[in-house]
Amino acid sequence: MTNSFTDITPSLRRRHARETRFKWMGKIAIIIAVSFLLVMVGSIAWLGSGALKQTRVQLNVHLDAAQIDAAAVADANYGKLIKTALLDRFPEVTKRRDKKSLYGLVSYDAAYALHDRVVAEPGLIGQDLRMWFVASDDLDMLIKGNLETTGDENRRRFSDKQLGWINSLKEEGAIKSVFNVAFFTTGDSREPELAGVLGAFVGTAFTLLVCFCLSFPIGIMAAIYLEEFAKKNRWNDLIEVNINNLAAVPSIVFGLLGLAVFLNVFGLPRSSPLVGGMVLALMTLPTIIIAARAALRAVPPSIREAALGIGATQIQTVFHHVAPLALPGMLTGAIVGMARALGETAPLLMIGMVAFIVDIPGSVVQPATALPVQIFLWADSPERAFLEKTSAAIIVLIVFLILMNLVAILLRNKYSQRF
Amino acid sequence: MDTKGKIQVSAKDVNVFYGDKQALQNITLDVKSNKVTSFIGPSGCGKTTFLKCINRMNDLIDICRVEGNILVAGQDIYDKSVDMVALRAHVGMVFQKPNPFPKSIFENVAYGMKIHNMTSSKSELADRVEDSLRRAALWDEVKDRLDQPGTGLSGGQQQRLCIARTIAVQPKVILMDEPASALDPIATAKIEELIHELKQNFTIIIVTHSMQQAARVSQQTAFFHLGNLVEFGKTTDIFTNPQDERTQNYITGRIG
Ligand SMILES: Nc1ncnc2c1ncn2[C@@H]1O[C@H](COP(=O)(O)OP(=O)(O)O)[C@@H](O)[C@H]1O
Ligand SMILES: [Mg+2]
Repeated sequence: MTNSFTDITPSLRRRHARETRFKWMGKIAIIIAVSFLLVMVGSIAWLGSGALKQTRVQLNVHLDAAQIDAAAVADANYGKLIKTALLDRFPEVTKRRDKKSLYGLVSYDAAYALHDRVVAEPGLIGQDLRMWFVASDDLDMLIKGNLETTGDENRRRFSDKQLGWINSLKEEGAIKSVFNVAFFTTGDSREPELAGVLGAFVGTAFTLLVCFCLSFPIGIMAAIYLEEFAKKNRWNDLIEVNINNLAAVPSIVFGLLGLAVFLNVFGLPRSSPLVGGMVLALMTLPTIIIAARAALRAVPPSIREAALGIGATQIQTVFHHVAPLALPGMLTGAIVGMARALGETAPLLMIGMVAFIVDIPGSVVQPATALPVQIFLWADSPERAFLEKTSAAIIVLIVFLILMNLVAILLRNKYSQRF
Repeated sequence: MDTKGKIQVSAKDVNVFYGDKQALQNITLDVKSNKVTSFIGPSGCGKTTFLKCINRMNDLIDICRVEGNILVAGQDIYDKSVDMVALRAHVGMVFQKPNPFPKSIFENVAYGMKIHNMTSSKSELADRVEDSLRRAALWDEVKDRLDQPGTGLSGGQQQRLCIARTIAVQPKVILMDEPASALDPIATAKIEELIHELKQNFTIIIVTHSMQQAARVSQQTAFFHLGNLVEFGKTTDIFTNPQDERTQNYITGRIG
């Protein structure tokens, strides 16, 4: 540089170089973080996408009038009809073992589906019915290309003979993949092909609702009291230290507390979102209190002076002026707390939300499980087919999280628009 | 009840401490109704501290302790029976930095009247808001945008909005802490003009670090120095014929 500022140029060059270096390090850090995130989300999405598809098998069922008593349609043995339909399709199968593996191509849900259909339309009795049935998890895995079809027959799920049946079904177009609606509309099941995530989803929604309804108002009130009203004395210092410590207590401890107090002393219903929400509320409270206090402290004192100066009471000052300005910050704290609560598994295990529950909970006092617990349960299952369910449930959990944060951000923007 | 020339604010032996540190020593002075009294003195001499004693804003500061008596309209304001809310409705305050609420201009002025239930109908409230803004010489500038945020106004307008907000609740005394220190000369002139108008109806105490301003707006002047009230009297006397050497040094620019 040739200008009149040259005397600081050497040091200036060093300072600019430092700035450039720092910017690059920042960029690299962000790239690393984002790529980790992409790898994680990408692999989960890749694994979980399979769960969105369900394999169906078409069978021609002869609704033999001799097998279905027209007076008691619901009591007929539909499992037998399905088996007969399979044997009719493959008359060459005669050996007991082969029959068994043939039956294993469709899910045991097929009998229920047929039952429902015939009960709804009794006019079908005596006719032939072409109907699509849910395939068993093994067939489903095979169709999705997750199983070996070559190599040592003894180490495979399907023998060459079975593969032959499946191919013949395929050739006549009797096997198809459909969108797996059931995954989003049913509860858990022992059979992977029937297991759905709705039960856990509703359980999580109820649990978080209870958690939010308890922890947000209590947390905000506690923060407002401590920050705006409490005298600065030794007791309040003690309370403050304890709140900060509580925020660091491992979550499983809160679970044990819930077990000991809410279940054993108060006798609240085990495995219920009510107790789950209460335990998570205990866990979330310190986070919300700390964030809310920080938000209150960030409100300029001049606002308080302005309100008090024209004769507002302390309460009016806080609720008309200070709290509205702190609300966005308080909501941010609540988001962080709720997001943590959403992913929490350990305390829920303690209060029994880990049970195998098929029914969708209808209220906060019915037994339920939660998404993270469902993920834990499925990940623990031996069936190959639960692997993709696990990943799909993780995706549901992440989507839930994103939706929750979206709502919170919208709320926050709504309230911070008061200029 | 008070009439012109009566004592509105009366301080007797006021000592103020911040923790162990004494900020004011034995302040005794009487402020007359419907006059402008200015507090002058170098930075850190305790002007703001004394002003905040008069509407008990000091109570917000945990470590602050006030001794002695301060009477407003004859009532000892540090008496247990005194309600701070009533006191602050009687003694309004305008702060050094304009601090409008982050709400609409209308809401800024209406807020005090709303919380004190001073109006019985919406139209009365609107009339009183207009009246207050007119008296604060701000009406013409904001009448078309009453629903806009008060924080969007210029500094001088914001300060006049704060004055409108204060006079809307009809106090008897208005405390002003360097109300023009953050403003440009034109805005300052407007505020000073306003103070002239307001003294018809209010007792005004103004802290200022500008001696010219004190000379222009006030009838009484108190000179503070290092926590002491050095001299208090007619503004003309203080500026033309100061009794104390420190006052003399200050107004001639040798201290401060
Ligand atoms: N909140 C406070 N805590 C401790 N000391 C304070 C506080 N406010 C003011 N002081 C002290 O009191 C003295 C007077 O301050 P102040 O009244 O603000 O002076 P002025 O307004 O005349 O500049 C100063 O020495 C200042 O340091
Ligand atoms: Mg000051």
